[in-house]
Amino acid sequence: MGIEFNKETFRDDYTFKNSPAAVRRFPFPFPEDDYMYSVNMEPHVPGRKGSVFEHTFDVDEHYLAEMRDRELVLKSDPLRCQSLPHMTLAGWDLLELIMESKARDYPHWFELHKSGDRWTWINRPMEIEQSFTFLKDDTLPYGPLEYITRQTQGDFTLQDQRDNTLYIDAGTVTTQADWSLDFDVGMAFHEWHAPVPLAHNMGVFDRALKFLLKLQLGSPVRRFNWTMTVDPLLDTSPENYPKWGPSKTTLTMDTIGKRQHLRVELQTLHRLPRSNAIAFPIRAYLASFDDIVTMPKWGRRLHRVVRDVHPDLATYKGFIRNRDLMVQWLSQYDDGKPTSPGWWPEPE
Amino acid sequence: MSLSYEGTIPSRPRYGQLTPRPGSGHLFVADGEGADAILALFAGPGAKGMLATTQIVYMPGPTGTDKSAELEKLGADIFFRAPDYSTAQPRLKRLFGSAHMGLQLYLTGTEGLIGQAQRDAIEAGLPHTAMQTEHRGSTVRRVQCVHCKGITENVRTDPFVCSHCGLNLFVRDHYSRRLAAFQGVNIDAEDPGQVPPQVERFA
Repeated sequence: MGIEFNKETFRDDYTFKNSPAAVRRFPFPFPEDDYMYSVNMEPHVPGRKGSVFEHTFDVDEHYLAEMRDRELVLKSDPLRCQSLPHMTLAGWDLLELIMESKARDYPHWFELHKSGDRWTWINRPMEIEQSFTFLKDDTLPYGPLEYITRQTQGDFTLQDQRDNTLYIDAGTVTTQADWSLDFDVGMAFHEWHAPVPLAHNMGVFDRALKFLLKLQLGSPVRRFNWTMTVDPLLDTSPENYPKWGPSKTTLTMDTIGKRQHLRVELQTLHRLPRSNAIAFPIRAYLASFDDIVTMPKWGRRLHRVVRDVHPDLATYKGFIRNRDLMVQWLSQYDDGKPTSPGWWPEPE
Repeated sequence: MSLSYEGTIPSRPRYGQLTPRPGSGHLFVADGEGADAILALFAGPGAKGMLATTQIVYMPGPTGTDKSAELEKLGADIFFRAPDYSTAQPRLKRLFGSAHMGLQLYLTGTEGLIGQAQRDAIEAGLPHTAMQTEHRGSTVRRVQCVHCKGITENVRTDPFVCSHCGLNLFVRDHYSRRLAAFQGVNIDAEDPGQVPPQVERFA
């Protein structure tokens, strides 16, 4: 299978780009012309061939560059990966899930060979071959969570289930939409979601938690979330906000198409077999406004969503100061025609 | 001073009112005006008999309130006064670590005191069902700078200047029990130098 991995950066000179194929498979998150919070969860079953849903864990052209970016973040701030002491077993559960999924879905890139509890993992794109003993911590160069998430796109958190709620007790978080694992680790479900506006009173978190507590092994679910990011910066962390915050003030009508990115998170939730924890991969996809408007339906719809979204959401998602500029630029791509339901692109 | 929880968010801690509970021992940890909550509890019904198995660890509050003399007069089995939390901490960790089944823990005073003692008690494995909290006195906050991770004690104004890295931080209601701290975030990151005037929100 002939994906070439891009040579690109998510910082400094920002050479990140999407190929036309990557734009076509971009998970545009708006099935309708307006947006409000909802639980919006559906079974994470294999989707259309070539789509980001085709496999349990999507590996795309940005794989190696994203892993390089994660390495840089962890080097400068090791607290982006944390696991409370009781979460090691959940880390092994996650490692198993990812290795088995990738070896099954991408056999030309990944292989997993088992001989009892002696396992050998081969990751060809990253040129890794590792033999280790499953569930034996000192046979890997990192803890199991850190080991496997250094080789897997997207952020990951692990939720422990007790006292009828979920606790965010471990994670690797380097591509986050402005939240701090270091601050939130150990919090209960309603605590770490506390800063989100509106949704609490709508009962969104009560319903989501009730649903998740019953999540079954082998029946993962998925949902989308989205935000806006200036320049293709994966590490929009609160820790580094003083470094990236100023970029929001420098957009113009001439640069916004290239620099403003819609950031979509494909969030999946998986019950883990031994720990009974829930794994929560948060996979971020970036597309510039220029990329988005190559699909006329998306250009029309994004204009309407950004124009009409609740101001509290625009504030929380951090783009209120550029909203008018976004609407002005996007309006050039909205001829007022109706859009079809669903988010598939329908190139014209 | 009591706290209003109106308009706040779910991670912000809530406090109750201390009441006597049956237990094998009673450990009170308090600062400043927290002394009044302890005095009120022992003035009420059902508490006198607890004194022989009560230990009080007390420190002055961030605004200087020191009611050591009144607490000492209560006649608890052990009364100990510490100058501040970090001095009391090794003693408390030892007490938590060697706690017998059935120990009741009573935490009262400022949020910083309650939060830190609660964190240390949970780390030592005390069940949260054996802990009670009551906020009394100052509403100053213990705030962690999300950027440099330094903690500034007794924050009165919003925004305030991080005592470690010097950034101007606004004070969120978002609270970490593990750190026993609210979160502070740079307020002028997008427009360096444009800092709104400091307002005394916590006193």
